[in-house]
Amino acid sequence: MTGTMAAIGAGLAVIGAGLGIGRIGGSAMDAIARQPEATSKIQTAMIIASVLIEGVALFAVVVSLITN
Amino acid sequence: MKARFVTGLFLIFLLIVFTLQAKGQEKPAAREDDVHENNSEAFNPSTFILEHIADSHEWHILTKKNGESVSIYLPVILYSKDKGIDIFSSRRLAKGHEYKGYRLEEEGPLQGKIVAVNEAGIADEKNLPFDFSITKTVVGMLFSALLGLFLFITLSRSYKKTGISHPKGIQSFLEPVILFVRDEIALPNIGIHKYEKYMPYLLSVFFFILINSLLGMIPFPPPFGANVSGNIAFTFVLACFTFLITQFSGNKNYWRHIFATPGVPFWLLPIMIPVELIGIISKPFALMIRLFANITAGHIIVLSLVCLIFIFKSVAVAPASIVLVIFMDCIELFVAFLQTYVFTLLSALFISMAVEEHH
Repeated sequence: MTGTMAAIGAGLAVIGAGLGIGRIGGSAMDAIARQPEATSKIQTAMIIASVLIEGVALFAVVVSLITN
Repeated sequence: MKARFVTGLFLIFLLIVFTLQAKGQEKPAAREDDVHENNSEAFNPSTFILEHIADSHEWHILTKKNGESVSIYLPVILYSKDKGIDIFSSRRLAKGHEYKGYRLEEEGPLQGKIVAVNEAGIADEKNLPFDFSITKTVVGMLFSALLGLFLFITLSRSYKKTGISHPKGIQSFLEPVILFVRDEIALPNIGIHKYEKYMPYLLSVFFFILINSLLGMIPFPPPFGANVSGNIAFTFVLACFTFLITQFSGNKNYWRHIFATPGVPFWLLPIMIPVELIGIISKPFALMIRLFANITAGHIIVLSLVCLIFIFKSVAVAPASIVLVIFMDCIELFVAFLQTYVFTLLSALFISMAVEEHH
């Protein structure tokens, strides 16, 4: 039972992280299309933001791994 | 001269590894009854995967058809208050054997840990001995440290010889990466006045994580393939370094932002100060979890794809599984570089928050 709950938790975390990183990627695309000369700066900012979201998602993964 | 010294060290290391391997292959007669034990067991993917990811006292290479295993037995170094220091090969503890009053637990809550046992064979769970063993992860880490030393000592020698001119050999491979760390990570974040002080740390952390992650992806010959950067103790120590460097280089401005955040009414401070203090800890904590979880998750996915063959028990699954594994390996290669970059970048960011001047 805890295994199933952990799997559901991991799935929920993936939904959240997917939504977040998707939005960051989309906005970065918009920004690059508007200002192609700022591509490298936008990419750095994009990676930092997505890494912060990914960190939260990985917390969830680690918690589900431990409780499993 | 120095390079020769490093090469010598490397050869000594290899010698130790292979002697241990040769020792490991002599099978003690007392273990006849333990063979055949594993054959009838059903295949369990999660234990299989965790065994490959976890640290261990022996470096398992393969299990023969008759259930006998070939592994490199690594040295065990133990310290306990009443027995003092004990150093012996982990072959003595293989398959649940006891040696000098120690046993390697194979199941239960202390699985994989070495416990002290009394004459009746009952483990003393309260007083665990301190385990300073050269485990699989430690061997992998020492190997990549030596590799890093070798690379950079060669590099500095060639700079001494030729000066700053067009790069040659290993120079042309490492120079762009070093410049990348300086120009893309340190300079834009820490700023031109202070970045030089932190370059040694950022470069060391960058190359140490990178070498460890890349070596961890090479599956087979033993100094490679240890899950070093996917080991939480390893990432914990690196995150601790970032934490300490950040705190010790924090200036007046940094501490004021924590204990008397400007623009915050004084009655909010009882809430703000604990939040800021948690923030100090949680940043390196996230750094630790991020590297650990990314590398471990990659390895788990690759191993589960390999497991598909054994779950379906058919060779027909193998091509699909191999294609997926190669695909995952490419992603892991990218993740290894990305996580190295991210760890260094965030370290630089945290340091820059600590050294920022008031403006």
